[in-house]
Amino acid sequence: MANLKKVLAGSLSLCLAASMFTACGSSDSSSTSDAKGGSTSKAGDGTGINKDADRQDTSKLHGVDSSEESKKTLTIYCWNTEFKSRLDKYYPQGTSNELTYNELDDGSKEIATINGVKINWVQVENEGNAYQTKLDEALKGQQDSTEKVDMFLMEADYALKYANGDVALSIQDLGITDDDMSEMYQYTKDVATDTATGELKGVSWQATPGLFLYNTKIAEDVLGTSDPDQVQEAVKDWDTFTATAQKMADKGYKMVSGFDDTYRCFSNNMSSPWVTDDKITIDPQIKAWVDQTKEYTDKGYNNKTSLWDDAWAAGQKIDGGVFGYFFSTWGIPFTLLPNTVDEEIKADGSNAKEGNGGYGLWKACSGPQAYYWGGTWICGAIDSDNQDIVADIMKVMTCNKDVAKAITEGEQDYTNNKAAIKELIDGGYTNAFLGGQDHLALLTEAADKISLENKLSAYDQGCNEKFQGAMKDYFLGNVDSYEAALENFKKNITDLYGNLTCDF
Amino acid sequence: MPRSTEIVGEKTNSTGLIIHRIIAYVVLVLLVIISLFPFYLLIINATRGRSQAGIRWYPDHFLATNFKNLFSGSTAVAYGSVWRSLANSLFISACASLLSVYFSALTAYATHVYQFKLRKFADMFILIVMMVPTQASAIGFYQFMNKLGWTDTYIPLIVPAIAAPATYYFMKQYMASALPLEIVEAARIDGCGEFKTFNRIVTPILKPAFAVQIIFTFVTNWNNYFMPRLILSTKEKYTIPLVLNAMRYAGPQEKDVGMFSLYIVLAILPVVIVYLCLSKFIIRGVALGSVKG
Amino acid sequence: MKRKSISYAKWGYIFLIPFFVVYIIFSLYPLFQTFYYSFTDYVKDQGSIGGGWTRQAVEVTPTFCGFENYQTIFTSGSDLLQSFWNTIIMWIVGFIPQIVISLILAVWFTDLRLKIKAQGFFKAVIYLPNVIMASAFAFLFYSLFSRGGAIYDLIKIPLLESVWGSRGVVGLINFILWYGNTTILLMAAIMGVDTSLYESAQIDGATSSQTFWKITIPLIKPIMSYVLVTSLIGGLQMYDVPALLTKDMGNPDGKLKTVVMIIQANKQGDIGKASALCVIIFIVSAVIGLALMFASADHDGKKKKKKRG
Repeated sequence: MANLKKVLAGSLSLCLAASMFTACGSSDSSSTSDAKGGSTSKAGDGTGINKDADRQDTSKLHGVDSSEESKKTLTIYCWNTEFKSRLDKYYPQGTSNELTYNELDDGSKEIATINGVKINWVQVENEGNAYQTKLDEALKGQQDSTEKVDMFLMEADYALKYANGDVALSIQDLGITDDDMSEMYQYTKDVATDTATGELKGVSWQATPGLFLYNTKIAEDVLGTSDPDQVQEAVKDWDTFTATAQKMADKGYKMVSGFDDTYRCFSNNMSSPWVTDDKITIDPQIKAWVDQTKEYTDKGYNNKTSLWDDAWAAGQKIDGGVFGYFFSTWGIPFTLLPNTVDEEIKADGSNAKEGNGGYGLWKACSGPQAYYWGGTWICGAIDSDNQDIVADIMKVMTCNKDVAKAITEGEQDYTNNKAAIKELIDGGYTNAFLGGQDHLALLTEAADKISLENKLSAYDQGCNEKFQGAMKDYFLGNVDSYEAALENFKKNITDLYGNLTCDF
Repeated sequence: MPRSTEIVGEKTNSTGLIIHRIIAYVVLVLLVIISLFPFYLLIINATRGRSQAGIRWYPDHFLATNFKNLFSGSTAVAYGSVWRSLANSLFISACASLLSVYFSALTAYATHVYQFKLRKFADMFILIVMMVPTQASAIGFYQFMNKLGWTDTYIPLIVPAIAAPATYYFMKQYMASALPLEIVEAARIDGCGEFKTFNRIVTPILKPAFAVQIIFTFVTNWNNYFMPRLILSTKEKYTIPLVLNAMRYAGPQEKDVGMFSLYIVLAILPVVIVYLCLSKFIIRGVALGSVKG
Repeated sequence: MKRKSISYAKWGYIFLIPFFVVYIIFSLYPLFQTFYYSFTDYVKDQGSIGGGWTRQAVEVTPTFCGFENYQTIFTSGSDLLQSFWNTIIMWIVGFIPQIVISLILAVWFTDLRLKIKAQGFFKAVIYLPNVIMASAFAFLFYSLFSRGGAIYDLIKIPLLESVWGSRGVVGLINFILWYGNTTILLMAAIMGVDTSLYESAQIDGATSSQTFWKITIPLIKPIMSYVLVTSLIGGLQMYDVPALLTKDMGNPDGKLKTVVMIIQANKQGDIGKASALCVIIFIVSAVIGLALMFASADHDGKKKKKKRG
């Protein structure tokens, strides 16, 4: 590393000079376009900086020095409290850094400072792109600002934007080695890899493979069994799934709740990304989802609900009449559990047992296709002035087997550490909510099958949302044809992403 | 509103009148129910638990829990502090409404009292710009504020209230009916300066109009989501609608409709109380301002 | 009233300074900038981020492109006309019940024979919904009318999944929000009518409906037109209720999409097009505003304007 740095010194000073020049030219931050046509090419076009000799050490300071205040503050951008709660609870178990805490009114503790650096959480809601807008603003201004962002979180649907964007620190520059990350699932690395340089820019503490969760009472009634292996036989591929749906319908049950339930299974198995070379294409898998969902809707295999709506949630009651839901790891404790119980689970867990609504009456099987849903990736921001802490957080939260094990046990997250999961399975893990089932084994199976190679684009969030929204009209019969719904999608998506064109 | 004609009313056919009256009361009671219905739902849902789906119709026993959660430290970290947002909204709304009424009155005073070449033009201009939707200049507005370094400050949320065409027109109407020019003349004869005349003699006369417009502008700013969302980015500066929206769009892991409803109730409570206290005053003020004298 | 003008004229200008300075900085200049952008090709790529250590320039500078944005908006594949129509329809659906109910209430409140008791209470309560944020309203009504909601369970019709059902819900929300405000305005106008006219009408044996159609309506025409126009201009800017109710999609079939929803969607990507849409809204509003001015030459009859949906 040190040698490399020496070799780089010459080219580096050139780069710095260039950046200083542009910095002067664009003191007005709204006209960064001055730098256009500079020596660097746009990441993502394949001609980027590939060779080691040209490699920029991302951990170097590229802009103005930060203020003392900023050096004493670890600023983290996020859109919900999930990571914060994990950090507060599990980071202390694996770090040798010095921590101080704040007492929260509910009796728990939050980390106040790490090595004397206080944590500043900037949480912006994900809705309407608000999170990305604010984050982009901060990252774009990072070099010229004396108040640095140190860390930010991102989701798979738009991860490429940041992985390809020279705004995240390379994991290798943070001193995290391939060895440290050897137990991570490959797909979690695919999501955060810069497609131009092949460098990893973000890491995740969890993998989010998905399963098919089914109502055991309905399974008994219709299939005559609630055994996961036998139920899996009835949903092993889409043809069988559809045949089972007919059986459900005959007995007055719904196979799935709504339109979007099966979507992730299809969209995770696309043959090409939503967007290539600024062109939007409809993948055959996506079309297959449309055709299937239309059929299910017309034949009454679903309840015509939309994800997260009240009616969708109501189907998760044990007598809700819906056979199954597709949930990934986090959906089970966070959504299915609270939706199915009759009495809110108390803090002491005394009513977390069978008899409370659907507690213990749902089980999981693999379902027709492996998929993942959700997940959060941690990135270090370029020019961060607390890179040692960022690196330590990443190492402890994503590479430490014991911490990973503790998280899975405590939070039912499926942690991104194969060894930890294996130890849990071997140790006879069971999930009380799923009637004592060991669903980790199933999740491991699914996680191994997920591949995201050549499936991601930076526009996936908008494409998924707008496509599902437009197709709802088709399913409900509000538009006459698939083509008409597609036309609406075209309008919505080109309004949202003005630089894209449609290939249909 | 006492009228000299009440005697006339007593002479009329009573059966028809009674039917008429019954219909009127029935309709009014229905409208009262419709109007209070959203308040009812919000208050009921402020007592619900976190994991219950759907809207609740009957009170539950989670009010205390929701209170605790709403004011807990973790809520403050996640969405912004509730107290802080109330204080921020109060500050912005109060400043904006005070500036708005004072300067609108001053502007209206200019075109009402003085005769000058551009008087008609100014009047017409303000009438026309009253029609310009805020949306129309939003894109340029943000970029310009950014250039001036005023994003994430309260300046773009407060200062523009000085130029409020709608308030101007209200003030102008009010002056037409309640501010005789003789008063101004008399003040001048007494040797009172123009500015002093406005501040000492005119503003007291305009008090009812001020009250009306203060509450209207206050409510508008209190509920404004569009501009603060565009301008503010630091959580400590968030106003109520921003915090509210953050809660509304929280992920499934942390969504809490009970807490959300409770926050809405707390957020509208001050406005409702102020409004109810002033309602008589306000309705009379609207009447005075809008009726030609 | 004759005024001693010349010596005081400068005070007129001085008192106008704050308004105009603030207006120019915060409204007029941004408006001109929006005009300028509407003639430029200014598209941001939301899938990449500039800055970083290479200082890549993802953000493009606006380049002049003439009327291209306007052309795109008015030619094929654009839903501007449809959304314009949607906006007007949803406004009408909310406005007609609003004006009818408000007029009836205003007449009742001011009817000398009817003598409604507890007027203060009624007036206060009907105005009250106006203080609730539109987003809270949208949240409540979505939960009530969508599948699984209380009203859905009652009537078994998924109103929000049909074009007219969802337009109706938007209209209903706007009605509840604004009818109290309109009632107060109309009441004020009716109270402004010279009471001797009603007295003599009663003495002449005129019925209630005769009084209403022959005296009240003609005399409050100016304020009716004021209510109409301000409500229409507010209606053209309709955004939050349909956007929140349809999760920004404007469905079913784009029939709930309003013009401002398109602006909001384009705002982060195609800034040129979004600006052109702003300019169009501005022109339409200005035309309506001017029409109002010429329709009632005596514009002293104008009343306060409040943004309304």
